[in-house]
Amino acid sequence: MGGKKIVCRCNDVTVEDVERLIDSGVTDIEEIKRLLRVGMGPCQGRTCIPIVISILARKTGKRPEEIPLPKARVPIRPVRVEVIVGGADE
Amino acid sequence: MSRIAVIGGGIIGVATAYELAKLGEEVVLFEKNYFGSGSTFRCATGIRAQFTDEANIKLMKHSVERWEKLEEELGADIGFNQTGYLFLATSEEEVEAFKANIKLQNRFGVPTRLIDMDEAKEIVPILNTEPFLAGAWNPKDAKANPFKTLFAYLRRARELGVDAREHTEVVGLEREGEAITAVKFRSNGKVESVKVDAVLNASNAWAPLINEMAGLKRDLVPIKAYKHQLVKTEPLERGQAEPLVCPPAWEDAYIIQDGEDGGIICGAGIEHEAKSLEDVEPTYDFLRGVLRYAVRIAPPLRYAHVVRQWAGFYAKTPDSNPAIGKLLDNFYIAAGFSGHGFMMAPAVAQAMAELISKGRSKVPLDWEWYDPYRFERGELRSSAFQIG
Repeated sequence: MGGKKIVCRCNDVTVEDVERLIDSGVTDIEEIKRLLRVGMGPCQGRTCIPIVISILARKTGKRPEEIPLPKARVPIRPVRVEVIVGGADE
Repeated sequence: MSRIAVIGGGIIGVATAYELAKLGEEVVLFEKNYFGSGSTFRCATGIRAQFTDEANIKLMKHSVERWEKLEEELGADIGFNQTGYLFLATSEEEVEAFKANIKLQNRFGVPTRLIDMDEAKEIVPILNTEPFLAGAWNPKDAKANPFKTLFAYLRRARELGVDAREHTEVVGLEREGEAITAVKFRSNGKVESVKVDAVLNASNAWAPLINEMAGLKRDLVPIKAYKHQLVKTEPLERGQAEPLVCPPAWEDAYIIQDGEDGGIICGAGIEHEAKSLEDVEPTYDFLRGVLRYAVRIAPPLRYAHVVRQWAGFYAKTPDSNPAIGKLLDNFYIAAGFSGHGFMMAPAVAQAMAELISKGRSKVPLDWEWYDPYRFERGELRSSAFQIG
């Protein structure tokens, strides 16, 4: 891992990965999310998305608040399947 | 060279734009949101030739052959992997129906076969074999990454000169007689117009709105958006449920291990007509319903965590077969894929581009079967075999 700066700990995405994708012309955060899977792991984007937004802002000359957050998915925190299906085997 | 407008930046529109550029056409592609945002990026990643009628089997056989060569052709990793589809029978009647389907699929060169539950357990280690009698197994069915696939097509399309615009909404079509002459579009609040020689409506759930802009009746091609949902677990060790596994008798419930991170995607045919084209909110009822089936198919899933749930549309026609063909002299449609757009895209894009550019295609696509005017004539096809 020496020297790599990790943006997304769920999916091992680095600063360089994000910058390279933006340089290739992908600047929509919904697309960056899906191509690099940032925000799609168990943390639901709590760690990575603010960092990605700051990189995207710097690269595109926008202010961070001009960049919309990607759609948040339920559940907010991972939930065990058995909690949802319950104990009853119908 | 003609200038062709493609409306809809999902997999069908993007792949057809690429195929048209390959044939030397000038292409402008319009997507009103971000690329893939409609249905493509919400799909369950599956690709299968296990259909139950000749037209769809032949088309998907050809599509799978195109998929097999797509990474090489597009020069990119698209996560294509032939991990198969396994349908499971819960009754003797279903076993008989599977046998008839297998015979038809074999006739057109699709290598599906009936397997016993011992073999099924080897293929899907976490499978609960107890409720099932036999399986229909096609090892050539597959999955691919919808995000990577769409962007691989898009990059190649742009390299070939396609003018692909996202966040650019088509707001009107100019028609003279039986031809569309210009497309009006809005980008950053500004409306502009471009002259065109032909237009493809590839906007799937939104297609009736575009048809209306062409001066056609909104329900000429009666596509309705049905909300479908998926639930995904945390990553599991690879090889637990790589194929798509589905007992059709259980409301088409299915599981498939995501090719990227190994999480299990859980789906089911629990569908409702969407309240609007913005109605993609997931529901708790679905979450509970789909997981109850998932733990019956694969009991160890009980101990996995759910990490995400999302919804998208099956843009359905009354017979669940897409509308593919010509609506006016130079106005074409490929929409209403009823949940099968991603898997059909490589074949349909090639066929559509050839039709628009050359007036005919060598792709084994049964134009009569998918004729967009069939609904107006009241000639419905047998329902395409839909799951999830």
